[in-house]
Amino acid sequence: MTATTPLGLSDLRSFLRGLPGVDKVGVESRAAALATRSVKASAKATAIDLAIRMVDLTTLEGADTPGKVRALCAKGMRPDPADPGCPPVAAICVYPAMVPVAAAALAGSGVRLASVATAFPSGQAPLEVKLADTRAAVAAGADEIDMVISRGAFLAGDYDRVFAEIVAVKEACGGAHLKVILETGELATYDNVRRASWLAMLAGADFIKTSTGKVAVNATLPITLVMLEAVRDFRERYGRQVGVKPAGGIRTTKDAIKYLVVINETAGDDWLDPDWFRFGASSLLNDLLMQRTKLTTGHYAGPDYFTLD
Amino acid sequence: MPKKSSPVALPAEPAPPVRLSVRKTYKLFIGGKFPRSESGRTYVVNGDNVALASRKDARDAVLAARVAQAKWAGATAYNRGQVLYRVAEMLEARRAEFAALGVPAGELDAAADRWVWYAGWADKIAQVAGSANPVAGPFFNISAPEPTGVVAVVAPPSLLGLTSVIAPAVVTGNTAVVLAPDPQVGITLAEVLATSDVPGGVVNILTGRHAETAPWLASHADVNALDLTGVEHADLAAELERSAAGTLKRVVRHRPGADFTGDPGLRPMTMLLETKTVWHPKGE
Repeated sequence: MTATTPLGLSDLRSFLRGLPGVDKVGVESRAAALATRSVKASAKATAIDLAIRMVDLTTLEGADTPGKVRALCAKGMRPDPADPGCPPVAAICVYPAMVPVAAAALAGSGVRLASVATAFPSGQAPLEVKLADTRAAVAAGADEIDMVISRGAFLAGDYDRVFAEIVAVKEACGGAHLKVILETGELATYDNVRRASWLAMLAGADFIKTSTGKVAVNATLPITLVMLEAVRDFRERYGRQVGVKPAGGIRTTKDAIKYLVVINETAGDDWLDPDWFRFGASSLLNDLLMQRTKLTTGHYAGPDYFTLD
Repeated sequence: MPKKSSPVALPAEPAPPVRLSVRKTYKLFIGGKFPRSESGRTYVVNGDNVALASRKDARDAVLAARVAQAKWAGATAYNRGQVLYRVAEMLEARRAEFAALGVPAGELDAAADRWVWYAGWADKIAQVAGSANPVAGPFFNISAPEPTGVVAVVAPPSLLGLTSVIAPAVVTGNTAVVLAPDPQVGITLAEVLATSDVPGGVVNILTGRHAETAPWLASHADVNALDLTGVEHADLAAELERSAAGTLKRVVRHRPGADFTGDPGLRPMTMLLETKTVWHPKGE
């Protein structure tokens, strides 16, 4: 079977196989070099506020309760109740069952509501189930859908099936934005990350996202760099801009600022915007708030002064 | 290719080797490790290089102390007592090293004895500082002392002085960030602690100018108490105390020229304890 993309590619497989390989040593040393940049004072304050605005504040636990989701929404809308100047986060990210609760809590706030769908986190379910999952989340009020690709099919080389799934889920999303989770920790190589990125973008993804946060290896700087190169090259070729969302394992302000540097140096400052870059995180927000408090008050902050999420 | 043989002049007999001295750098003690200052700065004390701690080293030390605190407070009092006794043992083993730094033998004895004395208090302080309270109702009412948390200490320079501020802070389950004015004695004591089963982060020792680092600790929102025993300058002490008030820290001040040789009493321990009172219903 040959997939025909809306972008005029006749043979998906040979296109993806024809993408240039990633220089592993090069990309890792490039990421490491960019991570040494020093961002201080007013630039740091700007970076922290931008990072807060980019956070997809996430809770994806079996133990999530409506009360916990409401508390998280309140925190997302006013991260630092002591400082009205502190911007809200970009979105709240929950399981589909919690979407109605979050939608009610966030109504009219401007904070978007993301829901994972398509048998998150494994993606090992029939397509009908995935589509129903997606439609239910959108119907309940989700603005953004975070879907997982079938890594099994991708690794087996069945790109057409993965492509068709993304297209189908995109259609089920209707007006909601679609973020496609590549689960890079299971893709094994940078070459696969590059191929999966292009595959998702060709199939219509609005965002490509690194990880579910449920496997051993989550977002890393080099993997995000490879994905940023992919969205940059994709826009150059097809004129459509796609966002990037690293998720899992980003816990400190220092880490977040490294990502901002990599965005600026790889994709450019068009992506330095919550519409085009997100951090999937939960504990990151408290560290950002502590660093922000340090800059505004002049003394070090402590975790006792912020909510446990 | 065959080698060409040509007459080569034999090198002169090498001079007898001169042994190079092994110079010691006194580094910081943070989280059980001995890092240099993140600032890269050093200063020279008695011919040795010593790390000059920065505010970020103080921040890292507070983080290490915070991470270590719950587990140290959760260890049994008996276990904490054993660890403090072990400190006294290791101090004895390093007598020569302290003597070489000019610590008098009498003070060494007193410091080791002080560690043993506090080790003994580990599983007794709760009985003395806690109480079972009579109340007008069907309740057991019990007050128990609990550690305050992370304690920042501006320490006096002598070994006995250091011991007299560190031991009472940690014996009850607090963790400490200590600014040691005499870096050689301070870091040698850190080497004692590092080899005494004291978990990493329970005691952190910074060297350098406390006028530079202490204000950051005084205002740090994740520090629960501030011990200003080693601050000689009254204006600085007042300023630090004011700054500590911003986050409602406990502040310990000693009388100027305090003598550490006498009986310390319970106050050094009880100043760094909080009282938790529990009302427990009892059946009739």
